[in-house]
Amino acid sequence: MTNVILAALALAILGLVLGMLIGYTAKRFAVQTDPRIEAITELLPGANCGGCGYAGCADYARAMVEDGVSPAGCAVVSEENFQKISQALGQDSGKRERKVAVVYCSGDNGHARRVALYNGLNDCRAAAVLSGGGKGCRFGCIGLGSCARSCQFGAIELRNGLAVVHPEICKGCGKCTEVCPRKLIRLVSAETKAHVYCNSLDKGPAKRKNCTAGCLACRKCVKAAPDIFNAQGFLVRAREGAEISDELIASINCPTGALQSVADHLRSGKGKEGAA
Amino acid sequence: MNSHHLPAAPHHFAGGIHPADGKAMSASGTIRIPPLLDKYFLVIQQNIGIPPKLLVKKGDPVKKGQLIAEAGGPISVPLHAPTSGTVGDTLDIPGANGAPVPAVEIISDGKDEWCEPMEPYADWRNVSRERLLARVKDAGIVGMGGAAFPTHAKLSPPPERAIDTLVINGAECEPYLTADDHLMREAAQAVITGAGICAKILRISHVLIGVEENKPEAITALRAAAKGIRDLSVVPLHVRYPQGGEKQLIYALTGRKVMAGGLPMDVGCVVQNVGTLAAIADAVINGRPLIERVVTVTGSPVAEPGNFRFRLGTPVRKALEFAGGIRKEVRKLILGGPMMGFAQSSLDVTVSKNTSGILLLAADEVRQFEAGPCLSCGRCVEACPMRLLVSTLSKVCENERYDLADENYVMNCLECGICTYVCPAGRPNVQHFRRAKAELRTMKRKN
Repeated sequence: MTNVILAALALAILGLVLGMLIGYTAKRFAVQTDPRIEAITELLPGANCGGCGYAGCADYARAMVEDGVSPAGCAVVSEENFQKISQALGQDSGKRERKVAVVYCSGDNGHARRVALYNGLNDCRAAAVLSGGGKGCRFGCIGLGSCARSCQFGAIELRNGLAVVHPEICKGCGKCTEVCPRKLIRLVSAETKAHVYCNSLDKGPAKRKNCTAGCLACRKCVKAAPDIFNAQGFLVRAREGAEISDELIASINCPTGALQSVADHLRSGKGKEGAA
Repeated sequence: MNSHHLPAAPHHFAGGIHPADGKAMSASGTIRIPPLLDKYFLVIQQNIGIPPKLLVKKGDPVKKGQLIAEAGGPISVPLHAPTSGTVGDTLDIPGANGAPVPAVEIISDGKDEWCEPMEPYADWRNVSRERLLARVKDAGIVGMGGAAFPTHAKLSPPPERAIDTLVINGAECEPYLTADDHLMREAAQAVITGAGICAKILRISHVLIGVEENKPEAITALRAAAKGIRDLSVVPLHVRYPQGGEKQLIYALTGRKVMAGGLPMDVGCVVQNVGTLAAIADAVINGRPLIERVVTVTGSPVAEPGNFRFRLGTPVRKALEFAGGIRKEVRKLILGGPMMGFAQSSLDVTVSKNTSGILLLAADEVRQFEAGPCLSCGRCVEACPMRLLVSTLSKVCENERYDLADENYVMNCLECGICTYVCPAGRPNVQHFRRAKAELRTMKRKN
């Protein structure tokens, strides 16, 4: 019996002494952190997507407080939380421009020519490194969905062999733009209402051979609205953020359907029906 | 290295398999000579390394064997016209690796006239080794077994490396292919002469020719041609894929092991393919550049499979016509053998210096991958001729951990394809490794 009491007593004393030691060191050697870091981390989305360039949300919060980095680097955070973060940092932030990802390709299975039954790894980057996938076009969407798998927010849909971004879900973090081996996903202003969905630098006939929905650089759109559309070689691009009305698109009536409004592209996910 | 210390030649290597080889289809008959074509599409870069520089322009008249492009640097070789005629367009055609490659069109005039030949060295034993080496380069010779590495560079090891053995690859372990077999049977003398020339360039005399046992006629022919040559032996090897892998062949013939990341010259060896040797003999004895090669055209859909001496630049479409055309539906077209060859998506791809075979496979001969999880059965580990931990590598590559793949020696993978062939879960192992190697090479270039 005495042994038990002795043991219990010894443990209690040991516990007390160690506890006091821990308590003392915690006070004496405490690391001073800015309470704002934790508060801002809470306000950030917590997806740890890395789009800001830092190792997760907590690291970005630390950089904002300690290094004075701008909170505008986070594309994902909501407007409300963004304002709160700016307040906590004592900055006047103004309004941010929202960016969304756009896949510049219309070459789904119905429009892009298939030259091979692709039987390799189910990953666009692997296909690009090795053989280039099963489609004939060397510039367009390979369609194996590496971007869709990389998206933390589920904003990219793989539809009939073509990646399509849902702009209302897209947070503009830019992860997919890094993953795509063909570099055909770009972040553009969410205000842009239409795009020329093609990325091919091939000459017209070569492009036509591989895809019936590619931009042939016929310049119909450039003639109709030279301030909006700009031809670069055999590819036309719409100016970012330009006002492009549905009426304008209808009046241009792009012969291959490469020029489409974002809404139309999302609905059909491809170029014109029967354009072939 | 003193010969007393040489380990016994084991005549085989660890790992490997023997897949159904399909060689019987193209094994009979002799090498056929196809008629002249109207047009050849000569891919400008047919060697590993620096591309050659084009010397001709559209409309220029050319003679057969005339220089069309000169070597672009030390690891580069010149290119010659396959026939006489005029130079046509320079255009992009499908390349063997999938991406389009620039090629020059040669429009035949039907005369097939040789240009002024290089000086024939009929008495090559009395020609200096520098001139022989220069000839190998000027004739545009590359490794014809598949790698297309410029041969003159391989024959000029750094002086501090002591080379004592020339290893000749006549294994032809790839299933379906019989091009080297036919060449050894019909041009054994050229192979032996080529070996002599290489040995002279390397200042050595010890030559080992490894041939798989399933080619008895080739072994007999080589032995007859080599009669009386001291220090040259024709060694029959076990029939096992990949016996023709550089490191496997050296081990089977000499018992020496090339260490991870090492080269044959580290163990005193230089390896040459029999086709390369025949081309060297032709270039030295007859002064002719490399403008044609033996190619196996085979597979169940081919009407008359066999071996052909095709000019470089012959489109596969035409090559198949010479082989009697196609008699049933084709699912897969492969340049090279079924294990290491490249699947093609176009018939416009052409025969180049390293095209050993044109193989067609029907639908029932092609397996579609439906990769499952690894069963950890270990068959790949048992079969890997490089003794790699394939199952682990496959998983780390699948998760894109290329740092771990590098630690597990993925760069030593020779891409023989055995691990994919034996996998009961249908895992695309070698595909993962090829990707990992490409990604690691890119990463290393960036750093």
